[in-house]
Amino acid sequence: MSAGPNATEPNPHDHIPAAASNFLTRYVFSTDHKVIGVQFLFSSLFFFAVGGLMAMVIRWQLAWPWKPVPILSQWLWSSPGLGGQMPPEFYNKLFTMHATIMIFFVIIPLLTGAFGNFLIPLMIGARDMAFPKLNMFSYWIMWPGFVLITLSFFVEGGAAEAGWTSYPPLATAARSTPGSLNGQTYWLLALLCAGISSLTGSINYITTIVMLRSPGMKMFRMPMTVWALFITALLQAFALPVLTSALLMQTLDRLAGTNFFTPVGGAVANAPAAVGGGAPLLWQHLFWFYSHPAVYIMILPGMGIASDVISTFSRKPLFGYKPMVIAMGAIAGLGFIVWGHHMFQSGMNPALGATFMLSTMMIALPSAIKVFNWIGTMWGGRIQYTSAMLNAMAFVSMFIIGGLSGIFMAATPVDIHIHDTYFIVGHIHYVLFGGSTFAVFAGIYYWFPKLFGRMMSERLGLIHFFLTFLFFNGTFFFMHIVGWHGHMRRIADPTVYEFLRTPGVVGMNQFMTICAFGLGASQLIFAWNFFYSLVAGPVAGPNPWKANSLEWATASPPPYYNFETLPRVYHPPYEFSVPGGEDDFLPQTTPLPDNITLDPVMA
Amino acid sequence: MRYWSLIFALAAVFSVGAFAYAPFSADWWLPNPAGEPYHSVSTFGREIDALFLIILVLTGAVFIGTQAALVWAQFRYADRIGEDGLPVRPAQYFHGSQRLEVIWTVIPAGILVFLALYQMDTWAKIKFRSASPRTPVLAEVTGRQFQWAMKYPGPDGRLGTPDDLFTVNDLHLVKDQTALIHLKSADVIHSFFLPQMRIKQDAVPGMAIPVWFDCDRAGRFELACAELCGWGHYKMRGDVVVHETEAEFQAWQAAKLAEQGRSQIAGADEPEGDDR
Ligand SMILES: [Cu+2]
Ligand SMILES: [Cu+2]
Repeated sequence: MSAGPNATEPNPHDHIPAAASNFLTRYVFSTDHKVIGVQFLFSSLFFFAVGGLMAMVIRWQLAWPWKPVPILSQWLWSSPGLGGQMPPEFYNKLFTMHATIMIFFVIIPLLTGAFGNFLIPLMIGARDMAFPKLNMFSYWIMWPGFVLITLSFFVEGGAAEAGWTSYPPLATAARSTPGSLNGQTYWLLALLCAGISSLTGSINYITTIVMLRSPGMKMFRMPMTVWALFITALLQAFALPVLTSALLMQTLDRLAGTNFFTPVGGAVANAPAAVGGGAPLLWQHLFWFYSHPAVYIMILPGMGIASDVISTFSRKPLFGYKPMVIAMGAIAGLGFIVWGHHMFQSGMNPALGATFMLSTMMIALPSAIKVFNWIGTMWGGRIQYTSAMLNAMAFVSMFIIGGLSGIFMAATPVDIHIHDTYFIVGHIHYVLFGGSTFAVFAGIYYWFPKLFGRMMSERLGLIHFFLTFLFFNGTFFFMHIVGWHGHMRRIADPTVYEFLRTPGVVGMNQFMTICAFGLGASQLIFAWNFFYSLVAGPVAGPNPWKANSLEWATASPPPYYNFETLPRVYHPPYEFSVPGGEDDFLPQTTPLPDNITLDPVMA
Repeated sequence: MRYWSLIFALAAVFSVGAFAYAPFSADWWLPNPAGEPYHSVSTFGREIDALFLIILVLTGAVFIGTQAALVWAQFRYADRIGEDGLPVRPAQYFHGSQRLEVIWTVIPAGILVFLALYQMDTWAKIKFRSASPRTPVLAEVTGRQFQWAMKYPGPDGRLGTPDDLFTVNDLHLVKDQTALIHLKSADVIHSFFLPQMRIKQDAVPGMAIPVWFDCDRAGRFELACAELCGWGHYKMRGDVVVHETEAEFQAWQAAKLAEQGRSQIAGADEPEGDDR
């Protein structure tokens, strides 16, 4: 790559667009990817609080079944005649909506909506997304979803209670459970909106990354975060149509009398038998064909964020940049042929289960490779313990647990015992909280200065991390143990069972609940730090962390056009501590010293 | 700064400690009969437990190894600033190692393939229809919101005859005999879960799925529903009674049939109601 003198010459096709003219088009119905990213950030953080509060109530019921929840029980659900006890159907609504909100309205919009929107154009050196109006649409289509999911609590029968997986016939037969009367329809439509949002977003991300990279930004010079978001967008683009069709089919089953998922003569709760002819398992196949990749949609961006943060704060090049990219590609590819591992005990042909076991075991491999590479990145570095770095290291540490526990469920015979128990609940929380959420925290601490031009308090960040990390493990680790002891998931009262009312199990349940309250309370520190720093944090310069990627080459917050002139890129963003350099970082816009040549396989 | 690594070490020690303690407490370990916390009562249970232990040991070793490496890197390579305000030690500058990448790809790949193949045999024995025992069916079990309806063939050994025995939430079998049941659902999906026997199978409306297992201890066990099936899912519990001898089972069945006969005296030859 020659870096001649004409490299900095302005591109004749590049021009700075006109600024949005009024408040409404600038901050509300904005087509600016940064504003849209911030909008996604705020609405997801709001729903994060809502979903988190639901989890607190769930934990209360598990630790002290049927004991009235202080304050809440009076005005949330209970008729006085029940003495403040939570009705079991309300418990089912809680875990259904907790998962739905956290997955579809928090983690996915946070990672792809907030970080994806904000970072992709900045990190590849573009002025905006390829389709700014479509981008605006991808945010505002979330709102009917927000409204529907909130409204569903107030319709007859209340919110959906068939679990976030919504297996028919429980989800389709109106009389099967109160939440299936109306709430389920709202749930389906809300998810449809979230799905359309993700789909339009992913089209935008793919196009932007393929078409709008700044001069010199080859694919293998993109930051891992962009790679991760690119691969995530591909996953979404190919998996979401299947979920969308499945959601529509279930909607039709509920509203138009079709029978995609109803067996011949199916009848629930003495309702007249349906004509039927469909298959309940069909839904599971369609749902998991999307929702397994969705797990990777929720973890890949976190992997990208962790890679960038760890390299920056180790002041050291990423270990095995290209193998890391290839590993992510492998995860995405394999991610499409493992969905059956959710259906080992479903009645699906067990021979098929054996095949899915093999593919599922293999998908652990690229994840393992990534873990080794992260540790390799830190090895020999100069590790700076910032809040962002600690959260990124927690991502690695906790993702190891989440990854290893997955192997138990991939093994079909062992899965017979632990399927649908708290073992899987522990596993998914080690992946989605221990993994994704710590990555989200890392990302927020890391990019907050770029987002808002101000620094967050490091001291509060460290306290928040310390408490979150401890309480997180206290909350979720014992789920593995009660899970292999046989504790089923989604049960409102474990003490119905003799083997679950022993002192050991009850004790673990109460310990987990107390830690969960601590975990919830610790987030107040984060909220305070976030909002206080937003208005009163110290002003951040353009590059407070001395990082290399392009977003740090422009002002904080960046102007609406991002870059004065489109930057020229000379190397991948991980050239830290280059020997002979004056600084310990080398921005992508600065050429490598002549004596350095990058390893073509690794870097 | 470097002492932040201790909190990661703490989490790892806590995890390993909890897992290491678990086998020493009946409440923390796999569900087994009281008084015999290490005895898995079913043949499949013993095989599953062995596989579980292999995975536990392997993942435990990988866990300890990776966490130790992580904590060591955190501790050893923490940035230190000297008197002059400059880093005491520069970061090393390298981009990876092809040899290491190959090593840590090939070794885990081998372990994972081994693990997958090692499970196949047990899986096939427990679930493949071709492996189902050629014994007469013990009972037809139908999940229904929120109960387990059991239909035993009765003395003639054939289902769908007037001497069938019906019970609710009450499954009886004989010690050391393979029990074969046909699992059905009358409404939504349920899941037939015998924690002590390590058996789980979803009951799907429109399907009849064979499930077989045994138990080498007489006594009472629990049957649970493991798949969300509606507001009463949590209480869809059944009793499992394992009889010491066939004779004891027959005596129980005869007594129950007599009871059922008394209550259904008028309708003994009514056609079968529910046999979708
Ligand atoms: Cu999956
Ligand atoms: Cu159930």
